Amino acid sequence: MMNYLAVGLGGMAGSVIRYMISLGTMNIGTAAFPYGTFIANILGCFFLGLLTGLNEKKEIIPKPIMLGLGTGLIGSLTTFSTFSVETVRLYEHSSIYMAGLYVLLSAGVGLLLAGSGFYLGQKRSEKVVSNG
Amino acid sequence: MNILLIAIGGFFGAITRYFIANKIPLIKGTFPSATFFVNLTGSFVLGFLMGIMPPTKWALFIGVGFLGSYTTFSTFKVEMIRQFQEKKWKPALAYMLLSYFGGILLAFLGYISGDNL
Repeated sequence: MMNYLAVGLGGMAGSVIRYMISLGTMNIGTAAFPYGTFIANILGCFFLGLLTGLNEKKEIIPKPIMLGLGTGLIGSLTTFSTFSVETVRLYEHSSIYMAGLYVLLSAGVGLLLAGSGFYLGQKRSEKVVSNG
Repeated sequence: MNILLIAIGGFFGAITRYFIANKIPLIKGTFPSATFFVNLTGSFVLGFLMGIMPPTKWALFIGVGFLGSYTTFSTFKVEMIRQFQEKKWKPALAYMLLSYFGGILLAFLGYISGDNL
């Protein structure tokens, strides 16, 4: 029950932050590129990678916090449904190149940042373990 | 008011995703089926909603709030990093391609179905 509450409250914060980012980036650039979702998604990839890496060797972050922050907040800050629909929209209203660019950038940068976050977290986690 | 609708939607979206993650086990221990399931179903339903309705308060509640939180991009990427770490290259490639092609195709099919309703 507590776990569900942690996830729900995190989800509340994550979705509101995502909305704020999309409002704040609405007037960026001239192209119809979905900056808001893109920024929320790649930021989330980095931080979820970092959290996951930190808990790799030893449970530094307790489970309820991990659930609230990781599964709840970061899980909800990032979104796949909006990403898919925006890709279809870019194809329809802009061009297949813009749609392709959006998918490639999200996939590439997202994976790179998730990997970097995980690597940094894991380094830190090893240090904590070796220091007892 | 908009913020409140999104917050409530986000609360339930995240809980539903967590519930499904607890119910669906990994297929053969290598394929992150729960995230795959929520991302594909969420893409279809959001496409459908965008097809049937003009942007209203309901779109914010269900689309940005619930479905935005129900689906996730960060977990999808970190799961791939985990697959890389375990040298499960083929499942990782399958997971990536099926998620992108499946998600975008379903969003498109959802949009057409909603639009023609």
